[in-house]
Amino acid sequence: MTDLPPPSARKLGLVIDLDTCVGCHACAVACKEWNSGGISGPLTDENPYGKDPIGVWFNRVHSYEVEALDDQPAMTLHFPRSCLHCETPACVSVCPTGASYKRAEDGIVLVDEDKCIGCKLCSWACPYGAREYSEVEGVMKKCTLCVDRIYNENIPEQSRQPACVQACPTRARHFGDLGDPDSAVSLLVAARGGVDLMPELGYAPVNQYLPPRPRRAGSSLPASAPKEILDEQQLPPLLRWLDRALSR
Amino acid sequence: MHPAFSVIFFTTASGAGYGLWIWLGLLAAGNALPARAPSLFALGLGFVCVTAGLLSSTLHLGQPQRAWRAFSQWRSSWLSREGVVALLCFVPMVWLGAALWFGYHARLAGLALALLSLLTVACTAMIYASLKPVPAWRHPLVVPVYLLFALFTGGLLLAAILSLAGLAPGNMTGFAAMIVAVLLWRLKRYAWRSIDQGELPVSRASALGLPAGRSIKVFERPHTEGNYLTREMGFVLARKHARKLRVIAVLLFALVPALCALPVWLFVHLDAAPWFLAAALSALAGTFVERWLFFAEAKHLVTLYY
Repeated sequence: MTDLPPPSARKLGLVIDLDTCVGCHACAVACKEWNSGGISGPLTDENPYGKDPIGVWFNRVHSYEVEALDDQPAMTLHFPRSCLHCETPACVSVCPTGASYKRAEDGIVLVDEDKCIGCKLCSWACPYGAREYSEVEGVMKKCTLCVDRIYNENIPEQSRQPACVQACPTRARHFGDLGDPDSAVSLLVAARGGVDLMPELGYAPVNQYLPPRPRRAGSSLPASAPKEILDEQQLPPLLRWLDRALSR
Repeated sequence: MHPAFSVIFFTTASGAGYGLWIWLGLLAAGNALPARAPSLFALGLGFVCVTAGLLSSTLHLGQPQRAWRAFSQWRSSWLSREGVVALLCFVPMVWLGAALWFGYHARLAGLALALLSLLTVACTAMIYASLKPVPAWRHPLVVPVYLLFALFTGGLLLAAILSLAGLAPGNMTGFAAMIVAVLLWRLKRYAWRSIDQGELPVSRASALGLPAGRSIKVFERPHTEGNYLTREMGFVLARKHARKLRVIAVLLFALVPALCALPVWLFVHLDAAPWFLAAALSALAGTFVERWLFFAEAKHLVTLYY
């Protein structure tokens, strides 16, 4: 049933640090690599070497230009976007077939591709754009939180985390149980003021984003580039003479 | 949103079919069905419209052979509810058809057909009205307008069939058609205006988890080419031509039917058949354009990221 299960105690999810993300797309590439052969594989690309390639990715890294505020300089913001494994995911409750479901034991939102009829309604119901339809298989695809890695006893224990988390070179991605207030990820969210995306819609995302830290320069930043002023008295005599000669 | 032809055709055609069934059902419930042959024909035309629409709606599925699974999740999904009720409609339809054929009354079948048909159209509208990421579809007029369009197109079709059979439904039917045409125009105008004035209820800052009030511009997209999201949710053609298309839609679904209905109302002895037929065809074409705009103009919140 696409009725949602009662809220689980365990809420597995990601914490993404927008302060340290450098926008290298390693998470997106690692995700594509793992999931192409994972339980929701293949992640089909159409026309991959042609003029207008298009394909399914579970992770997309956007880059934005954030304009300066009075006390904050302008900055670029790199923003990895993937499924947030919401606590009340509308993508699950709109599914007419029961193909979309939220796991009662750990809250992961998955698609049973053998039941999916490819009506695409779930992708319409998701404001975060987490679901991408594969025209080739005719079914909906989405992030699995690497469910086939995190419980996989055939791989070394330190590898039992989502591919995107393992690939991140700046450790901007963290994986853990956000239902446990004492878990490392929950403590990180509490310490850094992690936020929900689009909280006003009420989907209650499990994944949390850590906003960029305020820049240290803070309010001491000059509003515009400093003017170049030459203090002649500070110059050695030879250069002072040169300055005077050239100023004539 | 990308306007899929199959879904637009489905909502227009089956809307008219269910509208036809609602009127027929109500007449049967009131024991006021005019005559056997035109009633049977109207019931059959409703069946053709509804079935063609339902079949067309399965065309946009990726795996249509699994469509039967969609009857299972009626507890949570409006799409599933629509499927269940749409299927249930065929029971009183067959019952009423048999009653008409063998010439006995079936008031209960009529009532059931009218109610279930109404419910199906309401479910269709609720599929869209329940989607929070598409603010234009959350408008409170979406469900009433869907119902009114079904009643309008279905009613005009029934009036045309009856007049063709020589059973003119009376000049006040023309007056009623004019009233509904004007009402539809006003409702759509109001809905379109509030779409134009309303801004998206969510800001890009909120979508990115940044404090409100910071100005954020796209610096680089995640991908150089399009993807499923930009194709399915970011459709710009309709917003570019919205003004003209709205005028075309209103002309077809309101002005032409109202002008066709005017002589029917004014001249009691006029042969109403050609007028109602023209009104019905024009209203159907107008509904099609209106439905195309309904999809194509709606903006999905995921566009905040792009």
